[in-house]
Formats: sequence, structure tokens, C-alpha cells
Amino acid sequence: MSEFLQLFFSGLTVGAVYALVALGFTLIYNASDVVNFAQGEFVMLGGMVTVFASAAGIPLPVAALIAVSVAVAVGLLLYWLAIAPARGASAVSIIIITIGASILLKGAAQIAFDKQFHRLPAFSGDAPIDVLGASIQSQSFWVLGGTATAVLILYVFLEKTLVGKAVLATSASRLAARLVGINTATIMALAFGGSAAIGAIAGILVTPITLTSYDVGTMMALKGFAAAMLGGMGNPLGAVVGGLLLGLLETLGAGYVSSTYKDGFAFVMILVILFAMPQGLLGRRTVDRV
Amino acid sequence: MTALLNNRYAIVAALAVVIAILPFTFPSSYYLRVASLVWVSAFASIGLNVLMGKAGQVSLGHAAFFGIGAYSTAIGPAHLGLPSWASLVIGACVSGLLAYLVGRPILRLKGHYLAIATLGFGVLVALVITTESRWTGGPDGMPVAKLTVFGWRIGTAYAWYWLSGAFLLLGAWIALNLDDTPTGRALLALHDSEVAARVVGIDVAGLKLRAFVIAAVYASIAGSLLAMMNGFVNPDLAGFQHSVELVTMVVLGGLGSIVGSIVGAAVLVVLPQALTVFQEYENLMLGFIIIVAMVFMRDGIVPMASKLIASAR
Repeated sequence: MSEFLQLFFSGLTVGAVYALVALGFTLIYNASDVVNFAQGEFVMLGGMVTVFASAAGIPLPVAALIAVSVAVAVGLLLYWLAIAPARGASAVSIIIITIGASILLKGAAQIAFDKQFHRLPAFSGDAPIDVLGASIQSQSFWVLGGTATAVLILYVFLEKTLVGKAVLATSASRLAARLVGINTATIMALAFGGSAAIGAIAGILVTPITLTSYDVGTMMALKGFAAAMLGGMGNPLGAVVGGLLLGLLETLGAGYVSSTYKDGFAFVMILVILFAMPQGLLGRRTVDRV
Repeated sequence: MTALLNNRYAIVAALAVVIAILPFTFPSSYYLRVASLVWVSAFASIGLNVLMGKAGQVSLGHAAFFGIGAYSTAIGPAHLGLPSWASLVIGACVSGLLAYLVGRPILRLKGHYLAIATLGFGVLVALVITTESRWTGGPDGMPVAKLTVFGWRIGTAYAWYWLSGAFLLLGAWIALNLDDTPTGRALLALHDSEVAARVVGIDVAGLKLRAFVIAAVYASIAGSLLAMMNGFVNPDLAGFQHSVELVTMVVLGGLGSIVGSIVGAAVLVVLPQALTVFQEYENLMLGFIIIVAMVFMRDGIVPMASKLIASAR
């Protein structure tokens, strides 16, 4: 039982990070129909900038704040310089643009930082916490708490503020949103900035556990994309459920079946689920218009 | 010029001339190697273009078939004592069969769901190749036996240049002729409107599957050729990055354009070679160029060029 709990908690922790990345995917996808493969680079930036800022003597909370700001700036630049000018291009072309952006950011990071692995100290010491016989890293609670807070803030923002409702309106119908006077270009920029912030927060929270380097972004993007699809693309709740599920599957699979195929379980599950439910777990059924 | 781009005899003749003349302009055998790489990549990208440009279905895991082809020519001679060319054929059959089996459920999916399913499939194949090190040598890869045909050992840069060039001509010729077959016409209908195609009685699911199998076989043969040419394989050949490169070749060159696939392959093979002079700035430049190219030439290089020529007239 304690072994299961141990795996369960570590799966939940990894899953929470995937959930944040998937949430970033969903936010951008809803506002602009773009699948942003550079999403993982925000996670990398969050971790790397925090590591290097705190190594320069800046206190951790300030370093984290700097990292989030850098990621947001990069997210906005990505939108203004690469996505907005490509308006009207096919979905595959835009996917390739975001992959190009991901290669570019990786290239920039290996020059600006280095190619080493880096870690951050755990936010509240390295002493594990005992829960029902399983010892849980204290950082896990930071990750879970941070994710819950981010999800809550995003929910309140989308449901309770005027700007948030404008985002929802844009995702429902861009044309209708423009007709009622919403500046959809600003909303899309906002989505890219917000999504970058979410990704950076994920990177900062998880770096004390998993380490970071200039190239952690690709796998993060793949897993986040998978989580978003698992839940049903465009559904924020689905992104969170998909992320947690993916993390659990992966960790339990690695613990009980085979650790060498750890990265495989997630994708096997995705294939199985998509074959049974082609719209993802919580996705809407789409109707083809003829 | 635009008429030339639409005439398949003209395309293949022009391609043959380019392949024949190019070696005389090369100052060293290094260029021969790069050109052979272009021909092999173009071969794979022509196949993928049948799936993406003609059937309108995306595959983000196509390097999996490339990897299967590559590893079959590595494993066949090393572990099973098969001749290299037979391993190439077996690899192509395995890829085709695998595409047939996974294609049925995968191709029911649409848009981004299709993208993630093919991506997942690709990741799984790459993972198996990396993990089953008893057969594949694991993450470090394994050496590949040289190709011998009728007692001829194909090893020099020249031999590989001509062989890969010949394969490219053949692959381009078959793909170009596809347009005039019932399958080709049905694919065109499918690309324009899936619903309309179904209404006129086209077996849409079967057709997509056929395109998927064709693309898989092309990729597999390209993989086998590259493996034998390099004398070495590693799991990167089947990886996500390589899948992305293949898709980028097709889209950058121009969806649906066979010439485009060759141009796209040339750009994506030559560019990294040229960018090595930038050393650590290589990735930065590559990403930058991909973004700029896709933003300003969203229809692809070849359709864009022929449009320019047509409007200048």
C-alpha cells in the first residue's frame, strides 16, 4: 500500500506539471486555434532563468518572478513576430512555425545559458514528509499547490472578469467576438502571454525535482500536447484531468510494469483512448458541416 | 515554366539531367555525399507528400517507418544472415504491413487528433528501437553491412550518388503517374472535399489507408538506403525530430508538389550542413529560417515560385 501511495503521489506531481503545460496549450488553442509546440520551451525558460538568476545572487522569489516575466515577453514576441504575420496559413504550416520557434528558443538557450543540467534547491528543504507510510518530497506539495492555485486563478479570471469573458467569447467564435467589439488580436496576445506564464511556473515548480537543461522543452511539449488531447482539445478541465491521468499512468506503469518503457505507456494509452473515443475523454463531438 | 511543372515527362527529364550534371560541378566527394542525402530525403518526402499533399492527412510520426527501413538493413545482415537488398525489401513489407494495421484505426481520427496519434505511434517505435538493445544496439545504434548487388560492393560516394539518384527518379516517376490512376483521381477528390468524395462513392477510409501505406513504404526504402549509405544507424532516425524534418520538407517545398518535395528536402538537408559554420548558433539560425520561410512562403517554395512566374507573364 505504501509503495502504491509513493508511486501515486509522484505520479500526481508529474501529472500536475503536465496539466499546467496542457492548460497552456488549451489557452492558446482556444483563443487562436494554434497548437503551440513551443509550449515546452516556456517550461524550460522558467526553470533555466530561475536557476541562472538565483545563481547570480538574486533571491529565489524574485528570480522566479524574473523568469515568468522573461517567458511572458518571449510568448508575446512569439505571437507578434511569428504567429500573427502567418494569419490564414494552414494548421500544419503554423505547427511547423511553432516547432521552428521551439528550435530557435532551444538554440538561444544553449547560447545564453549552457548545455549542462541544473537544479534548484527545494523551496522548503529536502526533508521528505511521511504520509501513511509513503515518504513524499516536500517539493511535491509545492507543485500540487502551485498547480491548484494556477488553475483556480485561471478559472476566476475566465469566469469572473470582463477580459476573461472576452477570451471565452473569442474561443467560442472569433467573428462574433469581433462584432461585439472585442479586440481579438489583443485577446490572442493575452493568451500567448498567459500561456507562457503558466508554462514558466510549471518549469520553476518542477526544477527542484526533475532538473532542467536547455533541451527539456521538447518532451514537455509532447507530453503536454498528449495530455491536452487526452482530455479533449480545448477543454481546460480536460487538460487538467488529462495531465494528472498521464502522470499517474506513466509513474504507475514505470513502477509496476517496466521502467524502460516509461515514456511509452502514455502514448499507448493515448492511442487506445483515441481509438475508442476519437474526441478525447471530455471533448465535444464535432459535426461536419457540408 | 508553369506548364513544365505540370508535365510529368518534363519533370522527370529535368530531374534526370540535374542528377547527371551535378557531380561535374562538385569540387569534392563531400558534395556527392550531401547530394546523395538530398536524394534519399527527397525520396521519403515524396512518399509523405502523397499522404499529406494528395490525401490531406498529416503524419507526425513518419520517421518511424524510416527507422524501420533503416534498422531492417542493419538487423537483417547482422542477426539473420540476410542479404542487404532482401532486408530492404523485407523492411518495406514490414513498414507497409504495419502502416496497414495501425492506419485503419488511426486514420479515422481528424486534424490534431490524427497528429497526436501518429506522433504517439512514432514515439513508440523510436522507444522500442532505443530499448531493445539486444537487436538494435540501443541508444548508441549499430553498424550496417555494405550493400552488395550481384557481387558488386557498393561503397564509394559515386556509387551511392548514382544509386540514390536512380531511386529518386523511380520514386518521382511513380508518384507523378499516380495522378492519372483511379487512386490518384480519387485522392484528389478526397483532398478537395472528403464529404463530396464519399458522396460520389469513393471508399474514403480505404483510400486514406492506401496513401498511408504508400508513404510508409517510401519512407522505409529511404531509411534502408540511408542506413546502407552511412554504414551506421541510430534511434534518432526514427525520432520525433526527424518526423518533423520530413513534414517540414513536404510543407516547405509545397504540399502536393513532387518537385516541391525535392526542393524542400534539398533545403532541409543542405541548410544544416551550411549552418555548421555558425557552430553554436546553428539551432538558432535553423529555427529562425524555418519561421521566416513558413511565414513568407506559406504555400511552399515551388507553388509560390510558379505563382510568381505566372503573374510576371
